[in-house]
Amino acid sequence: MALKLPIYLDYHATTPLDKRVLDEMLPYFTEDFGNAASRTHAFGWKAEAAVGVARERIAKMINADKPEEIIFTSGATESDNLALKGVAEFYGDKGKHIITSRIEHKAILDSGKRLEKMGFEVTYLDVDQKGFVDPEHVRAAIRPDTILCSVMLANNEVGTVQPIREIGAICREKGVLFHTDAVQGIGRVDFDVQSMNVDLASITAHKMYGPKGVGALYVRRSKPRVRLVAQMDGGGHERGYRSGTLNVPGIVGFGKAAEIITHEWRDEAARVSRLRDSLYKKITSALDEVFVNGPWPVTDANGKVVRLPNNLNISFAYVEGESILMSLKNVSVSSGSACTSASLEPSYVLRALGVEEELAHTSIRFGLGRFTTEEEVDFAADLTVTSIKRLRDLSPLYEMAKEGIDLKSIAWTAH
Amino acid sequence: MAYSDKVIDHYENPRNVGTLDKNDDNVGTGLVGAPACGDVMRLQIKVNDDGVIEDAKFKTFGCGSAIASSSLATEWIKGKTIDEASEIKNETIAKELNLPPVKIHCSVLAEDAIKSAIDDFRKKQAARRESKT
Ligand SMILES: Cc1ncc(COP(=O)(O)O)c(C=O)c1O
Ligand code: FES
Repeated sequence: MALKLPIYLDYHATTPLDKRVLDEMLPYFTEDFGNAASRTHAFGWKAEAAVGVARERIAKMINADKPEEIIFTSGATESDNLALKGVAEFYGDKGKHIITSRIEHKAILDSGKRLEKMGFEVTYLDVDQKGFVDPEHVRAAIRPDTILCSVMLANNEVGTVQPIREIGAICREKGVLFHTDAVQGIGRVDFDVQSMNVDLASITAHKMYGPKGVGALYVRRSKPRVRLVAQMDGGGHERGYRSGTLNVPGIVGFGKAAEIITHEWRDEAARVSRLRDSLYKKITSALDEVFVNGPWPVTDANGKVVRLPNNLNISFAYVEGESILMSLKNVSVSSGSACTSASLEPSYVLRALGVEEELAHTSIRFGLGRFTTEEEVDFAADLTVTSIKRLRDLSPLYEMAKEGIDLKSIAWTAH
Repeated sequence: MAYSDKVIDHYENPRNVGTLDKNDDNVGTGLVGAPACGDVMRLQIKVNDDGVIEDAKFKTFGCGSAIASSSLATEWIKGKTIDEASEIKNETIAKELNLPPVKIHCSVLAEDAIKSAIDDFRKKQAARRESKT
């Protein structure tokens, strides 16, 4: 089969819609267009029923007790905002301390900053060199006035899968609510809100082969019953937690995507993991001075998967990330280099892992997924290897390093 | 980010990539930027007895715009006298390559690299004159 270019290897950014998802969504744009809040006629009932099915499927995917624990939102950014601000507003009288980590998504970090301005105190836990939050650091950070801890299930840049089960157990023991941004881990690693003692969880459809602009916040209703103050006022939809007419086709797609994941994720994760390992082998066997960012090996001593099966984040010493992207023009990936960002700041995630700036500039993130094929991986690996070799021929740093010059000994003119 | 055709052309077919002997008295070497900032340029000139740059080479660690800026710089300074070459401004490079505002600093670095190579050459010449007298 001929390879279709460009190849998409940026599944952390978003995923294509699964055709099976689209098929279920389509009628809800046209014939079954009703407003799920219309209680007076069949159009509304049909929409409401479809939303109910989706809610059940999503609840099942994460092993929630009841479908009512799923609150639909516009995506994980909104879910993260609602979780942090909603909990802070409700429990603010009880305490004003929140714990999170330095490598959370901006939706968490910036919500935290906002809350700090409103008089809350936020502890940003350090991570180790592989990106792990130490559960014992969570325990040590908990104070009598701590109301919430938020640690992501898996990181979107370096793929680190956090010890959510351990953190959940500590939070439960200490009576602190536990939120996780589960966006990147859903459908890729184990996730179960019961056994992991998760009280709130953010998910989004477009990272799991569903449509963009629809997500959910799981909010536990018993043991403990979590309360929130809505951040969007209006018609009182979603039991008052999130007003706004529901995106019925989007939610239907989200539900179908969840159903597919429930049945297929293990096989998919195994397949994608094999492809990722093959990409790693091909690249590292052909090039010197390449460094994986994040956990490697991908399982821990107990056999637990500690890196997203679809993630490979590599620094190619002595070649700058944006120039690599330019060379990989038929392979869509992303970089932690400053040159690719509007702010010209290198990735804060890599910095938190202690990756030196020199190496942060040279990092490339490969994100594989459901529709990635072996041929695509081979193509991407070959192109990466030839690109890096060519760019290293262009790199004064590579030449100097090969001559044995210690680059740290040079008085660079930082600018 | 979309690149101009000229940036892509220089990036894909960089002119004058390579290394001159930095110990040659007629060679000036400029090494500017910093690995931690994500860009380092090394630009070298070889100057003949008439003060004309007869060869120029570069190697660059940096984004496509930085590579293109240094490639263009070597192309422009070849055949010029060192005085003419030191007149080249980053604005001219940025304009020729259609660099967007966030990439202007890449062209600044190219200007710096030219200046630094010329400085190095002049210092070497001065040192040579001194050692003769
Ligand atoms: C970990 C994580 N959280 C939150 C988000 C935001 O999700 P959304 O695009 O649905 O707002 C993303 C996606 O960029 C993500 O990777
Ligand atoms: S080298 Fe960083 S933007 Fe050009």
